[in-house]
Amino acid sequence: MTELAHGKPVAGAALSNGHGEASRRDFLTVASGAIAAIGVACVAWPLIDSMNPSADVLAAGAPVDIDLTHVQPGQQIVVLWRSSPIFIVNRTPDLLKTLQDPKDLALLSDPDSSVMQQPAYAQNWHRSIQPQFLVLVGICTHLGCIPGFMPQANSVAPGWLGGYFCPCHGSRYDLAGRVYSGVPAPYNLPVPPYRFTTKTMIRIGENPPDGGDFGLDSIVQI
Amino acid sequence: MSGTPSTVRTNSRLIRWIDTRLPLFSFAQDSVLDYPEPRNLSYWWNFGSLAGIMLLIMIGTGVFLAMQYTPNTDLAFDSVERLMRDVNYGWLLRYIHMNGASFFFIIVYIHIFRGVYFGSYKEPRELLWMLGVVILLLMMATAFFGYVLPWGQMSYWGATVITNLFTAIPVVGNPIHTWLLGGFSLGNPTLNRFFSLHYLLPFIIVGVVGLHLIALRQHGSNNPLGIAVKGPQDEIPFHPYYTLKDMFGLGVFLIIFAIFIFEMPNVLGDPANYIQANPLQTPSEIVPEWYLLPFYAILRSIPDKLIGVLAMFGAIFVLFLLPWLDTSRVRSSYFRPIYKWVFWLLVIDVFALGTVGAHRPEGAYIVIGRIATFYYFFHFIILLPLIGWFERPLPLPESISAAVTKKSVAVPAATERRAVS
Repeated sequence: MTELAHGKPVAGAALSNGHGEASRRDFLTVASGAIAAIGVACVAWPLIDSMNPSADVLAAGAPVDIDLTHVQPGQQIVVLWRSSPIFIVNRTPDLLKTLQDPKDLALLSDPDSSVMQQPAYAQNWHRSIQPQFLVLVGICTHLGCIPGFMPQANSVAPGWLGGYFCPCHGSRYDLAGRVYSGVPAPYNLPVPPYRFTTKTMIRIGENPPDGGDFGLDSIVQI
Repeated sequence: MSGTPSTVRTNSRLIRWIDTRLPLFSFAQDSVLDYPEPRNLSYWWNFGSLAGIMLLIMIGTGVFLAMQYTPNTDLAFDSVERLMRDVNYGWLLRYIHMNGASFFFIIVYIHIFRGVYFGSYKEPRELLWMLGVVILLLMMATAFFGYVLPWGQMSYWGATVITNLFTAIPVVGNPIHTWLLGGFSLGNPTLNRFFSLHYLLPFIIVGVVGLHLIALRQHGSNNPLGIAVKGPQDEIPFHPYYTLKDMFGLGVFLIIFAIFIFEMPNVLGDPANYIQANPLQTPSEIVPEWYLLPFYAILRSIPDKLIGVLAMFGAIFVLFLLPWLDTSRVRSSYFRPIYKWVFWLLVIDVFALGTVGAHRPEGAYIVIGRIATFYYFFHFIILLPLIGWFERPLPLPESISAAVTKKSVAVPAATERRAVS
């Protein structure tokens, strides 16, 4: 109430005691204003929250099972999970070699995957559970375009080691989804939660039993 | 005002009876017919009323288009095609609305540059100007929502890029993005709400235009000389002088507009938007509508996501500060020998940004884009305040009537201050 005492006279100042002290009228004005503000917030919240993802949209995020035997060496398949494209790549030993190439590592902005764009079980040099199979959310961390899969060396520019190239604003990633420095995209491509249910089947949307509770919400930037 | 008899000039007792109770006729008489305007307004002053007429054309065609359109991701694209092929005059409604958006922006950009050239934003018209910038922002939002509705490839991917701008905000960016879309990526909830907002925003624009006009009435229109009206000898009534001038300008505009609608309705659009949206395939090049290209170029010129987004929005928000960044007291560029040229440099700069925005960010376009982005902010933040300090303006005419009747052309610089205020 000391603030009020020094504040400008509010509505109904004529009824204040005129000594610069808070009157009952001042108290009632502030109290009714505060109650009205709370009322407005209570009415606004259902309207605002109605725009958040609805129950059916959330339910559509159920896990999906993928059979990896159909993915040929060097091939990428794209599946939908939570209406987002998920890239699954069968990386050949040659492609894997580029991931530890110092030439590649020198170009990366976050070579050690220190930003949590992946579950802890994929925070390694190959950013996956098994080195051979890469699983990524195929959405550019810049502005949401779908990066193109460009595994051939020199296909994007001379000296290109193979990776992803975003057609919208030219962001580049290597074959582990790690972003190059000097491009507009700020982070590595996210790795979704997934686990192997058998030796050749993965389930996207579930963590391994000992893999913590990583979800899309845990990702810094999709 | 209660109890005042109607001042409307009429022989009709009915009109007088209504006007005494609901003073619509005297309002129109005082605010339009008899409203005094500076007598020297040029054709650059046509674009305000033209923008108002364009807003009505957009709302008019939009209401009828909404009767045929289905805001559902499975049906939207086909409902637009049905509109084009099966609905009587559906093609005409859509082409007017589509091209109307482009021409609305052409008109408004000319209107803005006119204000910049003749210093229309200066005291006491700062709020008038700022309300105009609000209208520009609302127009951009409305146009963006509208462009998503046909659910073509450019609709989908343009919207993906624009909504992802919000993810640049630290911490709350991702929740805001999900909230805006109503899902984890663009989908049916998104299209549905964009349709709702596209229908809502034009009426909010009408409201802000109302405020814009109230602010305009308070001090009247600026004029090519930028000096204040000093008396009735400087003014002429709006009707018939400017009603006729506006109507003539409207006629010329409608001819050009009609040529686009009937002869080249898709020139200003992107052919990729006649391909249905495919969430699994990004087009090789995503280009926004032409009227957003300069801002898009600024976004792409900065190799950092957050700063790029801030610069893009900053390019518009800097306009809010324009009345205070321009330190010169002289409004019209006629009397500003240095600013006059700097103004055209800004125009060239904006066109350069527009060109860069339309091309892939490669080679020379990256360099030009960065230089032009730098110059855009350099113009507003460094150049404008400085020029106001060191520029020596030409002597201002004594009054509008003196200047237009050429009785006296120049007055000593000493009276300049009085003339401007």
